[in-house]
Amino acid sequence: MSGQQRENIFPTRMALTNTKLRLKGAQTGHSLLAKKRDALTTRFRAILRKVDEAKRKMGRVMQLASFSLAEVTYATGDISYLVQEQAKSASFKVKAKQENVSGVVLPAFEVDRVAGSDFNLTGLGRGGQQVLRSKEVYAKAVETLVELASLQTAFMILDEVIRATNRRVNAIEHVVIPRLENTIKYIMSELDEMDREEFFRLKKVQGKKKRDAEAADKLLKAKADAAAAVPEELEDINFEGGGGGGDLLSSKDEDVIF
Amino acid sequence: MATSFKDRNLLAVIGDEDTITGLLLAGIGNVDKGKKNFLVVDSKTQVSTIEAAFQEFTERKDIAILLINQHVAEKIRPTVDKYQQAFPALLEIPSKDHPYDPSKDSVLKRVQKLFGDR
Repeated sequence: MSGQQRENIFPTRMALTNTKLRLKGAQTGHSLLAKKRDALTTRFRAILRKVDEAKRKMGRVMQLASFSLAEVTYATGDISYLVQEQAKSASFKVKAKQENVSGVVLPAFEVDRVAGSDFNLTGLGRGGQQVLRSKEVYAKAVETLVELASLQTAFMILDEVIRATNRRVNAIEHVVIPRLENTIKYIMSELDEMDREEFFRLKKVQGKKKRDAEAADKLLKAKADAAAAVPEELEDINFEGGGGGGDLLSSKDEDVIF
Repeated sequence: MATSFKDRNLLAVIGDEDTITGLLLAGIGNVDKGKKNFLVVDSKTQVSTIEAAFQEFTERKDIAILLINQHVAEKIRPTVDKYQQAFPALLEIPSKDHPYDPSKDSVLKRVQKLFGDR
């Protein structure tokens, strides 16, 4: 339905030029957007695969981490309360940096660890090594998680952007371009129609002129015949010249008009 | 959006005791004026408490990544599935007692769907 619409525009040559320019612009925009969509989709596929992989990897890493914590618990007893109470400020933080994929800003998280940590008192009595090792294992696990999180964020953002781009591409392809084409067709047909009208009008005027000229000719001839009834040489010559001049004048007149 | 994730640098966790302990050991814990960035969930924790913590963590401006145990996420699944924002990134992690099930993950579900579709 919307494909059949055209823009409400007065059919003139200037409007035709403008519309043609706009059509060209729309086509360029369409091809650019399509390229952008393709680039994003390629990227998206790669991320999709990575997300899938990382999610599975995370399962294993977390299992390992849990196991090391179990070792700690075995060596030192339950330290969870102690650890929870001692948490003051994060030493394990993330930093966000940006990455640009065809005009889309993708954030990527980076691990930002502050050296030296709390939990100085934790498990120093017994199993300090286990605690340290567990800490390292968990830090590794969190690194994996951070990596996964940035992949996932990129995934979410790309998904959204690809959808928006797709919408635009489709809108241009199925609404804007057909509409402009229809407008151009409309203007062309109107201009042609105007041309034909003008041609017809001119022909009509020409026909009338011809008829008038013929009538005038006949009148002149009749007069000449009447004059010939009383022939006199001088008058005749004069008349001949005058008659020729009159004929020339009338035919010239037509030319001037057309 | 370009500026909003610049100052997000914390991780938040909702999970069972062991998960929290381990992650805190790694050093992600942050307590600011009594506001913790982690919530310990046990069998006695109310669903509404989890929901409230989830809302709080997703609305805080300094959290970049929210980690949540999968079995906890399962309890507030509608809220988790509804969550579509890019920031903070929501990550479902396995816990010790509950092995990881990729088919339940809201993000992985989308991934699978996209793989299936195309």
